[in-house]
Amino acid sequence: MQTKYLIIGSSHAGLSAADEIRVQDQKGTLTMISMENCLPYSPTILPYIVEGKVEEKDIYLRDEKYFKDNKINYLRGKKVIQVSTKTSKVTLDDGSEIGYKKLLVATGSEPTLPPTPGLKESSHLVLRTMEDARKINQAAQNAKSAVVMGTGLVGMHAAEALGKKGLTVELIRGRRRAVLPNYFDNDSGDLIHKVFVDNGIRCNLDHQVTQVEGKNGNLKVTVKDGTVFETNMVVVGTGVKSRMNFFTTPDVELGEGILVDNMMRTSVKNVWAAGDVAQATDFFSQKKELNPILPDAFEQGKIAGLSMAGDPAVILAFEEIGRQVALSYPGGVSMNTFNFYGNRSFALGLSLVEEKDDYEVHKKNVPEKCIYQKLVFQDDVLVGAIGINITIDPGVMMNLIRRGIHLNKARDEFIEKPLDMSRRLMWNNWRGVVKIGR
Amino acid sequence: MPTAYNTLVVHPEKCNGCGDCEIACAKVKADSSDVAHSRIKMIKGLGEEFFGPVVCMQCGEPNCVKSCPAHALTKNPDTGIVEWNKDRCVSCTICTLGCPYSGIYYNPLVSTVIKCDHCGGDPECVKVCKPKALEYSVEATVYDEQGPLEDLFGPDLAACMGCNMEILVRHTLRHLGPDTVLAAPPGCLPGVCAVGFNAATGTQVPSFHPLLTNTASMLAGVRRYYKRIGRDVTALALAGDGGAADVGFQSLSGAAERGEEILFVCIDNEGYMNTGMQRSGTTPFGSWTSTTPVGPNLRGKPRDAKYMPLIMLMHNCEYVATAVTAYMDDFHKKLEKAHQASKRGFAYLHVFSPCTTGWRYPGDKSIEVQRRAVVSNTFPLWEYERKTGKLRFTHPVDNPEPIGSYIAMLGKFRHLTKDEIAHLQKTADDRVRMLKAIEASGVETLKAVS
Repeated sequence: MQTKYLIIGSSHAGLSAADEIRVQDQKGTLTMISMENCLPYSPTILPYIVEGKVEEKDIYLRDEKYFKDNKINYLRGKKVIQVSTKTSKVTLDDGSEIGYKKLLVATGSEPTLPPTPGLKESSHLVLRTMEDARKINQAAQNAKSAVVMGTGLVGMHAAEALGKKGLTVELIRGRRRAVLPNYFDNDSGDLIHKVFVDNGIRCNLDHQVTQVEGKNGNLKVTVKDGTVFETNMVVVGTGVKSRMNFFTTPDVELGEGILVDNMMRTSVKNVWAAGDVAQATDFFSQKKELNPILPDAFEQGKIAGLSMAGDPAVILAFEEIGRQVALSYPGGVSMNTFNFYGNRSFALGLSLVEEKDDYEVHKKNVPEKCIYQKLVFQDDVLVGAIGINITIDPGVMMNLIRRGIHLNKARDEFIEKPLDMSRRLMWNNWRGVVKIGR
Repeated sequence: MPTAYNTLVVHPEKCNGCGDCEIACAKVKADSSDVAHSRIKMIKGLGEEFFGPVVCMQCGEPNCVKSCPAHALTKNPDTGIVEWNKDRCVSCTICTLGCPYSGIYYNPLVSTVIKCDHCGGDPECVKVCKPKALEYSVEATVYDEQGPLEDLFGPDLAACMGCNMEILVRHTLRHLGPDTVLAAPPGCLPGVCAVGFNAATGTQVPSFHPLLTNTASMLAGVRRYYKRIGRDVTALALAGDGGAADVGFQSLSGAAERGEEILFVCIDNEGYMNTGMQRSGTTPFGSWTSTTPVGPNLRGKPRDAKYMPLIMLMHNCEYVATAVTAYMDDFHKKLEKAHQASKRGFAYLHVFSPCTTGWRYPGDKSIEVQRRAVVSNTFPLWEYERKTGKLRFTHPVDNPEPIGSYIAMLGKFRHLTKDEIAHLQKTADDRVRMLKAIEASGVETLKAVS
């Protein structure tokens, strides 16, 4: 089979690219491969499936009609085992080959396992695909207790979901630092930690797991100080890595992910990458870093699609100016929301930074009410924020960060009333002032 | 599928911060007096005086839709509304990360996000906004209705860049349809394309080129002839202010008085722009033209303009209205009424049409010039129907902007002193006062007095 555009992966990045390609090119053949045998869905929804907040039938991002209307050949339940950039072909697990003119790798990420002895052989659970979610739900049906390893987003979501199902949940993390260490600083992490403890989740920080053993509802988890947790299920949420093992020849430049430029192009001609799998420019450091979050995935996918379909104006501008054009990637900014037990929180940009050298940090911490607000400034520009149970528009703050808007004299007022002031600043900046001259 | 959508327009400069919109929204959306439920939010509580509401913009490419992992947000292709499905939403609030406009936000009282849905096409906030800072613009509907209709003008026009006439003639002919006969007396329009190039006309309807002096009488004859042979055609004249108010006035006045069944549109660009920008009867006081230059002896036109629409109103016309293309919804409504009226008697439409070349302003500002003329009450929009006998403002301006904001855009007024501007302001104020008096007392009373 031969196709003009081939997209591996069918989540936010892949779909966003397909949309953009179809805006530019309605005729070129477009094939999309999904390793799962279902319509496209977002991995972000999986914890909510486990929690029972939403049913499996309601989560699909596109329907059959979409693929028909947009003339997209959607291959489901097929796994890519090899990509050969020399011959412009990919090989699927059923042995078939697909030749492409332009390839987008949007395969996302897969769970990593810590090198804990016995873990690999034990019947542990992860949460990255629909199948994983089903397995967790199945295991939870007959379980009384669960051990959750890792306090990232997956671990925390899983702990809450299982706790709500009535299981005794032991949450284990190897290091001292608080929960959700990639997004929340110590103070806010402690607040979140406390809410989980209050809701009956047993949090074991600074407890390195030394051994996991057992199968089928009967497992034993041993930690460093010798304590043994006997449990019915083990969920591992200790991190993810880019899913890119199909590049067998080392021609595409790889780091932690697939290295891409600001048009999402890899080091090899006619191959693009977007989403969790891509390692693109970071907004602050301007170095190539992974930023595996949903909002970035669709943005990268869109740029990749535009670049693949080849809007001549954009490509030319990028080639000739050699730097950012309006529609190239502005750099990834870390951002996320985390809602737990009726509380809501978000973390944006350089949220982990503490007061030092260039940065000025303003905190408001009301632990008894579980309210936390942190604003990080570099000079008079907002570069990071954390909020727990405060009324602020994260999207507006995000745009203040990304546009590097100078607060000037408004800074003190901004710290005082971030909600109104941020809206006002964005108001000034999103509307061009109508200037009339002769 | 439509190509344009109706929009909720915010005019922040008119907002007085009263917060009625929030109260109305909370009431209609959540049956609550707590404004936390409001989908539209005032920016307030800041030291300086600054007001203005923020509300969902119903983006063309909504970030919130794209970042929703649960497919709970969708853009409705028919209405353009970004719709939120409560049953699918998992309250992850990732949508709020993408929105730079505070269009979708978390409401802790109901533990979900909330957003504006235009109340299904009749927004409650607009109804309660006294200073008219909120407006529900249905001009998209006009474009969706007109878009599929046949464009009866040629693809190429020879107008000056930025000329307002193109949008005017295309919309007019589209609206009136192919059963139209067009009279285009000397002026910009025949040269632009209505009469055409060599032997071909630029229109797809029969058009002819009467003299400046006999437009209305020739057209009246054409209409009578068609009527006699049993064909119902719309007799349309597109004349300039010279062809209507000055040179063409005798035949126009006669035809109107006789109640000829024609639709006469005066495209008023306040001068003889086609022949080199000479003054006309509708050129306003102080305006530079090539025959009223600015120098040591003369400071533009020394006389005031005559107000043609009211003169026509006194001709017992079926329908008289003033219009601009900047308010397209209003323009099409009036075209429709004028079209119907022209089957019963004389219909007169006076369209204010700025001239980028003769008035000296940048070509991309034609629409803005019209808007400012309307909001400063320089060119009030009204209509008169004989069957009701009433004059009615169709776009009342309660707090008009100073006329200076309109004058400042135009090179032809560049030399004006404060006193001269004050004179123009007084002229505009007097005119609006007179129109309001007619509106209040009725046209018949006015005729009785005069």
